[in-house]
Amino acid sequence: MISSRAVTLLVNGVDYVVEVEPRKTLADTLREDCGLTGTHLGCEHGVCGACTILMDGSPVRSCLLFAVQCEGAAIETVEGLAVGGDLHVLQQAFWDHHGLQCGFCTPGFLMLAKGALAEDPDLTGEALREVLSSNLCRCTGYQNIVTAVEDAAARMRS
Amino acid sequence: MTYIGRPIRRLEDPPLLTGKAQFAADLVFPGEVSMRVVRSQVASGRILGVELEQALQLPGVVAVWTADDLDLPPIGFRMTDVGGLESYRQPVLASDYVRYVGEPMAVVFAENAYLAEDAADLVWVEIEELEPALDATLPGTFLPGMSADAAMIEKAYGDVEAAMASSEHLIELELTVGRHTGVPLETRGAIGVWDGNILRLYGAAKVPHYNRDAIAQMLGLSPEMVQLHENHVGGGFGIRGELYPEDVLVCAAARILERPVRWIEDRREHLTAANHSRDQVHRIKVGFDDRGFVVAIDDEFWQDQGAYVRTHAATVTDLTAAMLPGPYLVPAYRARGHMVLTNKTPAGTYRSPGRYEGTFVRERAIDAVASRLGLDPFEVRRVNLIPEERIPFERGIDALGTEVIYDSGRYHDLLERVLQHLDYPTLRRDLERRRAAGEMVGFGLAYFVEKSGLGPFDEVRVEVDTDGRVEVITGAASLGQGVETSIAQICAEELGVAIESVRVTHGQTERIGRGMGAFATRVTVMTGSATTMAAGSVREKALRVAADLLEANAADLRIEDGRVFVEGSRNGPSLTLADLALAVAPGSDGAGRHGAGLVATEEFLADHMTYPYGIHAAVVVVDPATAGCRVIRYLVGYDVGRAVNPMLVEGQLVGGVAQGIGGALLEEFRYDDAGQPLSASFMDYLLPTASEIPAVELVLREDAPSPLNPLGVKGAGEGGINATGAVIAAAVDDALGLPMAVLRLPISPERLHQLLSG
Repeated sequence: MISSRAVTLLVNGVDYVVEVEPRKTLADTLREDCGLTGTHLGCEHGVCGACTILMDGSPVRSCLLFAVQCEGAAIETVEGLAVGGDLHVLQQAFWDHHGLQCGFCTPGFLMLAKGALAEDPDLTGEALREVLSSNLCRCTGYQNIVTAVEDAAARMRS
Repeated sequence: MTYIGRPIRRLEDPPLLTGKAQFAADLVFPGEVSMRVVRSQVASGRILGVELEQALQLPGVVAVWTADDLDLPPIGFRMTDVGGLESYRQPVLASDYVRYVGEPMAVVFAENAYLAEDAADLVWVEIEELEPALDATLPGTFLPGMSADAAMIEKAYGDVEAAMASSEHLIELELTVGRHTGVPLETRGAIGVWDGNILRLYGAAKVPHYNRDAIAQMLGLSPEMVQLHENHVGGGFGIRGELYPEDVLVCAAARILERPVRWIEDRREHLTAANHSRDQVHRIKVGFDDRGFVVAIDDEFWQDQGAYVRTHAATVTDLTAAMLPGPYLVPAYRARGHMVLTNKTPAGTYRSPGRYEGTFVRERAIDAVASRLGLDPFEVRRVNLIPEERIPFERGIDALGTEVIYDSGRYHDLLERVLQHLDYPTLRRDLERRRAAGEMVGFGLAYFVEKSGLGPFDEVRVEVDTDGRVEVITGAASLGQGVETSIAQICAEELGVAIESVRVTHGQTERIGRGMGAFATRVTVMTGSATTMAAGSVREKALRVAADLLEANAADLRIEDGRVFVEGSRNGPSLTLADLALAVAPGSDGAGRHGAGLVATEEFLADHMTYPYGIHAAVVVVDPATAGCRVIRYLVGYDVGRAVNPMLVEGQLVGGVAQGIGGALLEEFRYDDAGQPLSASFMDYLLPTASEIPAVELVLREDAPSPLNPLGVKGAGEGGINATGAVIAAAVDDALGLPMAVLRLPISPERLHQLLSG
C-alpha cells in the first residue's frame, strides 16, 4: 500500500485535515474524506465537468487534480453556495427556470457559472453558450441552463 | 386551487441544487467493501484459465471470485419474451466463452475502490481469441452449434404483394441507424447490504419491484427478504435500472461476505457494459401512386442485439415493427425484424426505442417519394396522414402485446399549425436567398406517432396524517423527469390541498407491495391516473367523515386548501384534513364507523397504450470547409393530450431533442475489425454540448386528450427525440441539394465529407 500524507484543504472557508494517498484525486478526497458529496464524478477524465469546483476562484475539474496538489488553495464547492437557508442567486435561477432534471450535472454547472460570471459579469448569448459547453448535461438540452445563467447574471448585476 | 396545467417549480430541486442529494455513490455504509469487475478485453474468445493468486495476495483484498465460485442463473427477461431466446441470456459472470469487450469474467472485493482496481489488474485470464461477428446483416454463430439469428418478428396487415404489384411507383432504400445509447451523466451504482434477514439493494432505478422479485428468485430468497431502495438517480433514458450482472453480484457478495458491498461504475465501464441501443439496418420497399399516396410498405430489418439478449428481450425489435407506419394510412404493410447476436456490448432500450429508428426509415422513405414526384415535404405528408374521422384508428398489429389503436389525434390540424408557426413560404424564400448567396442551408420536416402509458396497472396509496400532511406512495420510479412534482400536482388538485403539504414516495419496495416503475413514458398516464383515483377516494372519505361531524350532507361540502366547509359558507364551521385524520385515527370512534385512517389505495388498469403525436422541423447549415453541420433552427409541434405541468413537458421535449441531435450528428459506438470498442470515453463518444444545441421552439398542443384515462394525458418523455434523426437527415439533404443523400446516422463529418466530395 502506498503511504498516506496529511494534507490540509481549505474548502468553503473551513480547514479539513485529511490523510490521503498521493494518488487520491481531489474529487474523491472532497467526497470521501471531507464528506462533501455534492461534487459529482461523471467521467473521471476531465470531459463532463460534473466535478467542477472553484480553486482560487477559477473553475477546475476536481477529477484531474490530486488532493496533495491543493494544499493552500481556496476551494469552493456547491455546498458553499447557499448561505444559511438562502439559495445563491444562481441556484435560485436554476430552480426558477427548470435548469435541471436529474440534477447530477447541476453542481458542476453552478460552479462553472459562478467562476465564469466572476470573470465576466456580462457574459451572454453565444459567448455564454461557449463557456457552458465546457460541461455536459444529458437531460435539459441546455436551453434552460443558458436562460438560468443569463437571468442570474442580470440579477447579480442589478 | 388549480394545480394541473400550471408550470410549477419542481418540489425535488432544493437538495439537487445545494449538494444535499443522495445519489448511489454518495451513500456510505459502515464496514463496506468495494467491488471491481474484471472485464474481457477481447470481443470473442474461449476462456482457458484464470489466475487469481497475485490479486489475492495484495493487502486489502477481501475476495476474488470467478463464475465457479458462484452458483447463479443467467439474467432473465423482464419484457417481450418471444420464446426461444433463453439460450441467449447473459451469465452473471462468463465461464467458458467471452462475447464482448467489457464482459464480466471475475470480481474483486477490497477495502477501497483504489485497491480493488489495483487487484483487478492482477487477475490474469488466458483467452483463446476467436473471430468476432460484427455485422448483424450476416448472422454467424452465437456459440458452437447455435445460430446468431436469435429470432424474427413479423408484423403485417393488408395484401402487401398485391399492393406492390399494382402500385404506380416503387422505391427501395437501405437505411442504417448507428449504435447509440442513453449515457446518463451519473454512471450506474449498486450497493448490497445484508443484515442476516433482509437483503437491501441501494442504487435501484426504473423497475425496483420487478428487480426485487428477479434478485430474490436468482438468490433463492423470498421477495419479502429483498428490498430495493431508489435514491436520487442521475438520468435513465431506458438503460439505467434494468437488472445487470453487477446488481446481482453486489447482492450475492453482501450475503457471502456479510459486509456491505459497494460498486460504482466508471465511465469506461459504462460505455462498454451498460446497454447500447439503435444499431439497425433496414431494407425498405415503398409502393405509391402519382399523388404520393403510399399504398404499401415492406420493410426487412436487422437489429444488432450485441453479445446477449438482456432484460428487454425482443422489445426494440417489436416496437420498431409495430410503430414504423407512424401517422400514415399505409393500407398494406409488412415488417420483418431479425434479432441478431454479434460481439458488441449487449443492447436494450434507449429513449424512443424502435421509433427513433423507425421514424428515420419511414420519413426518409416519404422524403424519397416526395423527391421522386417533385412534391413539397408538407404536401406528401398531407396526402398520407390518417384523417381525423378515421380516429380511433386500428392499425391491425400489436405493440408489446397490446393492440395498436391510435386513441385520439388531429394530425392534419397539427401539420397546418406547424406550417403557420414556421411561416413556411417566407422561410422557403429566405432559404432560397441564402442558398443563392452560396450558403449550404436546408430545411427538413418529419412527422411521427409516439406511444405512452404502457399498462397493465399502476397502484397508488394516498395517506393523510394527523398533521394534515399527505403522502402519495407509488411503485413508480424517478429518473429525474419530475415525477414528484407532477404527481403532487395531480394529488393536490384532486384532494383539494396545498401542494406544499404533499410528498411523493417512489422507488421503495418496502413502502408498497407492487409497482411497475418508470419506462415507456408511462408514469404520468398510469401513476397519474391511479393518483387521481386514490386522491379521489380519500377526498370522498374525508367528506363522509366531515358530513358526520358537521351534521351536513357530504354533497354540500367542499375541500379547499385542506379545509372542509359547507359550500357557500367559507367562513362558517370547518374541519381540516388533520382534524378528519384524527377523527378516524386507529382506535377512535370514527375509525369504528368509517374505517381507520384517512387513506386509500387504488389501481388504474390499462389494456391499451395512448398515442401522442408530433412534428419536428429543422434548419441546418453545412460548412463545406469543415464538413460540419450546425442546427440553426429547431421546432417541435407536439400534442400531449393534456399537460400536467407544461414547464416539465417542455423540458422533456427539449432534452429529447438534444439527445436526438447527438445521435443524428455526433454519437456512435464504433468498433474496429477485432471488435475493440473505439468509443469508450467521452473523447470518442461525443455528447452534444450547449454549443451544438439551438434554442428549441415548441408548439405544445392539447387538442386531442386521451379518452383512455381520467386525466386525458399522454406522455411527453419520448416525443422530443423520436424524429430528430429523420428531420436532420432531411435538412442535410436539402442543404446539400442532393435528395436522399443521407442514408445513415450519425451524419458524422467523415460521412458528410464523403457526400460533399460526391
